[in-house]
Amino acid sequence: MNNQTAYITGHCVIRQQRVYCNGQLLWQDESAASLQEFLRNGYDRFAGQYPKFHKMDNLCKLGWLAAEVLLQAAPAVDHLPEQVALVLSNRSASLDTDVRYYQSVKDIPSPALFVYTLPNIVIGEICIRHGFKGEHAFFVNNRFDAAQVFACAALLLGSGAATACICGWLEVMDQQYEAVLYMVERKDVEGALPFTADNLQKIFES
Amino acid sequence: MSNVYVIADNIVSPLGVSAAANFAAVTGGHSGIRLHDNTRLSPAPFYAALLSSEQLQAYSAAAGLQGYTKFEQLLILSVSDALFQSGIDISSPRTAFLVSTTKGNIELLEQQPDEPRVTEQMELMVTARKVADHFHYTGTPLVISNACISGLLAILTAQRLIASGRYDHAVVTGADVVTQFVLSGFQSFQAVSPEPCRPFDADRKGVTLGEGAGTVILSNRKDLAPEGAAMVRAGSVSNDANHISGPSRTGAELGMAMRLAMLNSGLTPEDIGFVSAHGTATLYNDEMEAKALHLAGLQDTPVTSLKGYYGHTLGAAGLIEAIIGIRALQQQVLIPTSGFAQLGVSMPVKVIKELEQRPMQHYLKTVSGFGGCNAAVVFSLNA
Repeated sequence: MNNQTAYITGHCVIRQQRVYCNGQLLWQDESAASLQEFLRNGYDRFAGQYPKFHKMDNLCKLGWLAAEVLLQAAPAVDHLPEQVALVLSNRSASLDTDVRYYQSVKDIPSPALFVYTLPNIVIGEICIRHGFKGEHAFFVNNRFDAAQVFACAALLLGSGAATACICGWLEVMDQQYEAVLYMVERKDVEGALPFTADNLQKIFES
Repeated sequence: MSNVYVIADNIVSPLGVSAAANFAAVTGGHSGIRLHDNTRLSPAPFYAALLSSEQLQAYSAAAGLQGYTKFEQLLILSVSDALFQSGIDISSPRTAFLVSTTKGNIELLEQQPDEPRVTEQMELMVTARKVADHFHYTGTPLVISNACISGLLAILTAQRLIASGRYDHAVVTGADVVTQFVLSGFQSFQAVSPEPCRPFDADRKGVTLGEGAGTVILSNRKDLAPEGAAMVRAGSVSNDANHISGPSRTGAELGMAMRLAMLNSGLTPEDIGFVSAHGTATLYNDEMEAKALHLAGLQDTPVTSLKGYYGHTLGAAGLIEAIIGIRALQQQVLIPTSGFAQLGVSMPVKVIKELEQRPMQHYLKTVSGFGGCNAAVVFSLNA
């Protein structure tokens, strides 16, 4: 695709109990003693009023929260729901929840946990929250691969299958976590960076 | 945009270890589904389409694969056969390697029952890398884990990567294994049928699980395509944005994916010879699919589900079923829906009951899965 037709119009980074949006530190949580608690505090800080959040596993909570922050700064209102794509990736797929579910199997297998034993459920949760109905894919990699994320998002934006694409990295394993989400749109807005693998990587490392 | 040809294929399943053997079994009316009494997998007897361990061990020993897990053995056996037929160079930087699965090596969790812990081998990229290394593939495999649409999504992603010029060839493989993990999960949802599954039937009682692997090798090189090879045309993916474990109430999103797949292939519903549906035989899935078929204008098009032959093979389903569909297209034959007797969906659809010859040029493969995902892809004969 012609790279100059798509721009990174927003990004959200969540790591080390800090939430950044477009490079600015929005919030840091000094009090949380666990990932679970941090995510709950983040929900109270940035959202609230979405009871389904509390049923989610940590991967979905993290992705949901990152999308919430991202879309508050870069709302997807100019796009048809069918034209908003999601391309997400991580290292551990849903293994964090897989172990929890498997522990329940010895006793009574929990359907509430089983449903979260697929990494793409977080895509479903974000789509339900924001009404997105477009293309999507979940990839698994051993690290954030800017070139791969770029290539897969560019296929969708370049072919017209999507006019906006939320892409990036969402990893949870035990207490280790990291979320880096980008909003990429086929429109230029002030302060937006051209959509390139280099720019994805720079933001990831910032 | 170049054409994308299916230049080789393979299926490893209870019905055989080549695509040809599998197609012969399916058209001969054979199902891989049996009643199993295996307390390692389930406290009570259950129906499933399982590979016999003796058979798999024999094939793996012959290929020197004892050091690999069952999941990896399935992938390697499947890729080896397809690669052998294709004549492409897998180590070329112009070849993509895609792996689709839902649970990969999750059975390793079951091998440490006292205190299950995550090990590196359960990471999907680690196992994909191991398989890629077996074939001396040096690039980074593209691993897709997107519930039950994974296999078809992998084919579609490979088609797009080749059509856009990024690669010339792609090895697209996928597998899943029936484990206590997955079976107990579907049982906890009360979703497992007490008899072999009956897609679209009035008396359907849920899914039957299956295991296996499928591989297609795609290429933009027409000269590498055998006579009568099929092409992967356009496809589309959509999300219901409705519920994480229940399908859309209207079928609108799957219907949209079907419409876009046809539209972007330059086709109308009249051009489609048959639809190979997801047809899991749960009450809600088949109902949703019937609605989607109507919304896409496919209410008069013959529809089949292959779940009665293979069970639901999860991350391999899109691959295995696409391959059988391609062969049905090439042989100009409609494949009956095993287990189906009487229509049990609110919007009437033309479920195929008998093997029948029919001239046709195109077919549509669809899949849907947890997380509200749907995918549809058109396959055509090389005109």
